[in-house]
Amino acid sequence: MTLTVTLEGVCKSFAGKTVLEGVDIAVPASSSLVVLGGSGSGKSVMLKCILGLITPDAGRILIDGRDVAAMSRRERAALMDRIGMLFQNGALFDSLPVWENVCFKLLAQKRITRRGARDKAAEVLAQVGLAASVGDLSPAELSGGMQKWVALARAVAAAPDLLFFDEPTTGLDPIMGAVIDGLIVDCVQRLGATAISITHDMASARRIGQRAAMIYKGRIVWDGPAASLGQTGNAMVDQFARGEREGPISMELRR
Amino acid sequence: MLLGFLAGLGRAVLRACQEVGGLALFALEALSHLVRPPFHGRQFLRHFIEVAYFSLPVVALTALFTGMVLALQSYTGFARFNAQSAVASVVALSVTRELGPVLAGLMVAGRIGAAMAAELGTMRVTDQIDALTTLSTDPMKYLVAPRLLAATLALPLLVLVADIIGVMGGYLVGTAKLGFVSAAFLDSTWDVLETMDVVSGLVKAAVFGFVIALMGCWCGYRSRGGAQGVGMATTSAVVLASILILALDYVVTEAFFAQ
Ligand SMILES: Nc1ncnc2c1ncn2[C@@H]1O[C@H](COP(=O)(O)OP(=O)(O)OP(=O)(O)O)[C@@H](O)[C@H]1O
Ligand SMILES: [Mg+2]
Repeated sequence: MTLTVTLEGVCKSFAGKTVLEGVDIAVPASSSLVVLGGSGSGKSVMLKCILGLITPDAGRILIDGRDVAAMSRRERAALMDRIGMLFQNGALFDSLPVWENVCFKLLAQKRITRRGARDKAAEVLAQVGLAASVGDLSPAELSGGMQKWVALARAVAAAPDLLFFDEPTTGLDPIMGAVIDGLIVDCVQRLGATAISITHDMASARRIGQRAAMIYKGRIVWDGPAASLGQTGNAMVDQFARGEREGPISMELRR
Repeated sequence: MLLGFLAGLGRAVLRACQEVGGLALFALEALSHLVRPPFHGRQFLRHFIEVAYFSLPVVALTALFTGMVLALQSYTGFARFNAQSAVASVVALSVTRELGPVLAGLMVAGRIGAAMAAELGTMRVTDQIDALTTLSTDPMKYLVAPRLLAATLALPLLVLVADIIGVMGGYLVGTAKLGFVSAAFLDSTWDVLETMDVVSGLVKAAVFGFVIALMGCWCGYRSRGGAQGVGMATTSAVVLASILILALDYVVTEAFFAQ
């Protein structure tokens, strides 16, 4: 059972500052989409709109073909049970030890007891490549990269059907990053989950994405196969993928 | 110019109404979670201990010195009318009816209200509150409702302790310094105190506890804009709670004793 995600003309502005100006994108079930875009282009806002954490000003968001805005509280909660989200800054609960963070959703859904949670946490941490002893630390005792890692473990611990990753590999060393990429691919292929990831790292985008989309000035300006990034023929995307200073994007900025 | 002033005034009034309405909805939603399962008993316990147990030293010291000063002050004042014998009753009545609840409330507002606003504010600006939602947990139910309940139940306990220690402070000064006979002081304390005096103080305490937690949670919950925003939320939580404590003190007193 996997979920599709469709955005139709989603708009959002904050205090007169327009961030999204009509985002249209469709993500089929069991597929992996990577979203690219400059800093501050509204990628995180888009994810939060899909999750219902921010209410869009206009447009529709459909998950599994159903309008999220029209859902009742109960339906929304049932949907949340099937979603996993990695926040850009990790957003670990610093009042709880790592193991409780990792198993938070399972505990909230009463799928495990507190006693079983420690073992389960160790298991999930091992899956992402962390030692079980990390479970007893508090998030503040972890390095920035390790926090990201634990946050990722928390996002996938309840085996969700729909996954959102906001920059999963930024702040990680290249090897850690590759491991995380592998984990995301694994979630999509083995669990059959649908995944939407935001990344600035082209190598990682090619690894985790089947498709890629680029957001620019509040719209999706391109989407296509992730493997083609760098030689898509779209001047903007290619400039972004290769990280060149000269191109349509810098010219827009200078004007 | 007058029109501009009136327009500004109107906007301010509308804003204020909006805020008050928002606060009322916030409080109602939090309260509704107290009667709808699941309940987060562990969270409640954590905050109850934090408010009731760890505020004890602060509240006890405040009450002790207040009782002592009260005995001293009323003695020197009443000596002018040869009414020194009223010292015990004045200490007992003022501590249980007024000073116990109000001073404990103000101290706890500084301690707990600020802590709640800072914690929730930090959770808000670091996306932890949003994360709760994605982890199948209602933040109002998990964060706000237990805090409200804990503070509302803990403050009456604290004030009961404050009452006893406050009267004891007056007794210490009365017997050791002002030359009262121990038994006579205690007798007149007992004689003057009525159940209603203590009960009204405890009801005040429950109201203050609710207000402190509500302000702390509300300010923290809607804070934005990084460390500065959290700082502002903390300040306004303490200021709002303190003002409301003094205002509601009048309202509750009026309700209890105005006949
Ligand atoms: N809660 C908010 N209030 C006001 N403005 C906001 C809010 N959230 C985001 N913004 C604005 O929306 C714009 C897009 O923010 P967003 O976080 O989505 O960027 P992003 O694409 O994720 O960038 P990055 O790659 O740096 O994470 C920013 O200019 C930001 O100022
Ligand atoms: Mg972002």
